[in-house]
Amino acid sequence: MRHIVLGNEAVAQGAIDAGISGVYAYPGTPSTEITEYIIKKNKTGKLNLQATWSSNEKTALEAALGMSYAGKRALVAMKHVGLNVAMDAFMNMAISGINGGLVLVVADDPSMHSSQNEQDSRYLAHFAKVPTIEPSNQQEAYDGIRHAFNLSERLKMPVLYRLVTRLAHSRSLVSFNSPDSKSDFKILSNTDRFKLVPSKAREQYDELIKKQSVISAESAESPFNQLAIGRETSLGIVACGIAYNYLMEHFQKNCPYYILKLSQYPIPTEQIKTIYEKCDQILVLEEGYPFVEEQLGNFFDKKSKVIGKLTQHLNRTGELNPDLVAISLGISKVKNTELPAIVKPRLPQLCEGCGHIDLFNSLNEIKKEIGDGKIFGDIGCYALGALPPFETINTLIDMGASIPMAKGAADAGLRPSIAVIGDSTFTHSGITGLLDCVNDHAPVTIIISDNAAIAMTGGQESAAKTKLKNICLGIGVHPDHVRIMEPLPKNHSKNISLIKEEIDYQDVSVIISQRACVRLSAERKKLAKEMAYV
Amino acid sequence: MTTNIILAGVGGQGILTLAGVLDLACLNNNFLFKQSEIHGMSQRGGSVHSHVRISENTIYSDIIPLKGADAIVATEPMELLRYLHYLKPEGWLITDNETVENIRSYPDKESLFELIAQHKNHLIVNATEQARKIGNANISNMILLGILSQFVPLKERGLKAAIKTLFEHKGERIVQMNIDAFEIGITLVPDNFRKNEH
Repeated sequence: MRHIVLGNEAVAQGAIDAGISGVYAYPGTPSTEITEYIIKKNKTGKLNLQATWSSNEKTALEAALGMSYAGKRALVAMKHVGLNVAMDAFMNMAISGINGGLVLVVADDPSMHSSQNEQDSRYLAHFAKVPTIEPSNQQEAYDGIRHAFNLSERLKMPVLYRLVTRLAHSRSLVSFNSPDSKSDFKILSNTDRFKLVPSKAREQYDELIKKQSVISAESAESPFNQLAIGRETSLGIVACGIAYNYLMEHFQKNCPYYILKLSQYPIPTEQIKTIYEKCDQILVLEEGYPFVEEQLGNFFDKKSKVIGKLTQHLNRTGELNPDLVAISLGISKVKNTELPAIVKPRLPQLCEGCGHIDLFNSLNEIKKEIGDGKIFGDIGCYALGALPPFETINTLIDMGASIPMAKGAADAGLRPSIAVIGDSTFTHSGITGLLDCVNDHAPVTIIISDNAAIAMTGGQESAAKTKLKNICLGIGVHPDHVRIMEPLPKNHSKNISLIKEEIDYQDVSVIISQRACVRLSAERKKLAKEMAYV
Repeated sequence: MTTNIILAGVGGQGILTLAGVLDLACLNNNFLFKQSEIHGMSQRGGSVHSHVRISENTIYSDIIPLKGADAIVATEPMELLRYLHYLKPEGWLITDNETVENIRSYPDKESLFELIAQHKNHLIVNATEQARKIGNANISNMILLGILSQFVPLKERGLKAAIKTLFEHKGERIVQMNIDAFEIGITLVPDNFRKNEH
């Protein structure tokens, strides 16, 4: 029996069938559907899993490590930039090792369809010295998860599972296997390797270095790495992850060249050596940065034999596709992709009736007096406030950056200095920034645009819930300067006055601009209204 | 042989539902498929599109190569033209004639239709208007699916069965309305391009 699933859903079902006891994640395109699927299956199938959203990617990964420490398998899912947030935990759990299997799924977004960069997560696994699995299609996305959990437990280390947008968000038919049972709760009799004080950490780091030959041997033996011997020796091709599909699109089953289909890292050196010795040139096809290409260039005597992104045979930025791969193979010429002049871009917009619109309208009114360049933005639907027709916010860097940036600019003399951040982004990584502001009495005005949801990724429940006001008070914002407003057209002038009052206050003030996302169900809107401060 | 279709429109116009019917019909009729989609912020009035590839044999790429699409089906005419470079020279351009003008720079409507009409195989239809007549403008996507049914290897009855399965939970009336829309779509295809097999 085959099932219609998204790449992300194949990963999720694969993890359920691999016997996970929990999933920990923060939403982010293109990774969100993994956790949504598990949460849904957990409810409908009574799977008895721990399946809820975490406050951020770091807490997600650390909770998963705790579950692994207690002997159980745990899945973690996030988008590529989420791993930056979780990096401290990731680097150090590579050193401590894990107990129950731990697989970290990271969905990269080459071409930045919904992201602020296109960083390549394979570098981060390489940096942490742990294996990466990079499936090439939906069936492999399903099968590979079980393989990754087994690998994780054999090596006693986390395994990074790399997806890219085109696989995460593409549907196909997948066969499921019968599920494994969940592992038992089991605390280790000796927990020394989890105590990373310098003396123990040095021992563990030596262990990690020693393990490198074992993880290389795993790559060499992996069913996910396949070397196909070609008829022709003019070219050898290393095709990583979904780049393999773009290659085979042109040959179906009859490619004349040597091909290494690469889906498990570190790079299997013996197979690469075979290609190097037999073939005149090596073309590297990979989605993201030139990760393999760089390594091969350093690996061989003749760097000139390796071609790919660095040699301009392929695009250095943006994702691959069958046409770009055909050009690199010399079997096709550049095709015209210019749109007719009559076709205009249709960018995403804030929904009709969205509370962010009213907030931006008020702020734009105020900007006429205070001037431009003074509003720090953050990640969420309200990031659209950077674009026309609003052009309200001046910066957009990373989750939570608005508050410390407003502080730093105020420290440098900017008056007024305003941050705009969403409810979920605030609980994700805005709270510590606010604490810095309070401790230094920074003259900043922080507007939390609270729509009671993680709206941009589909309206998941925000960790902020009813806690925003108490968080601000608890951190030490003066009670007179934790203000509430409802962003509605009828409150326009009232809200402008309120914001102006707080801008004039020469210490930290927080304005909670509160109205539920218009996309929420009637039931959730009602609940949000009941829990609202206004 | 692989049949390649691009579905295009604006967020909320039912592009992914249309793709879902094709997927299910493939599963039930022993065809393989790949269906990739770009969404994310699309629900907020942005462009949305999906590549659907249908074959009896292994399909490698999730993305259709340039000049590889047998048809582009759009719920909105400017969105149709956004993917023109993917169309095979003999491929079909199929679009609803109602525009969604939610941007200030929206071009002159007639110029859009003129450009579409320059292409040999094209069908500009009043799907939304016809959908409105039978009770719900939102099911224009099923009228377009009816048209598309004549250009894919899937049989009409297989697609109808998939519509039934997908809309069953919404009740008999909704299922019937979608089937009616699908059948209207078939009648909009000129006789000489209709399939003999149903």
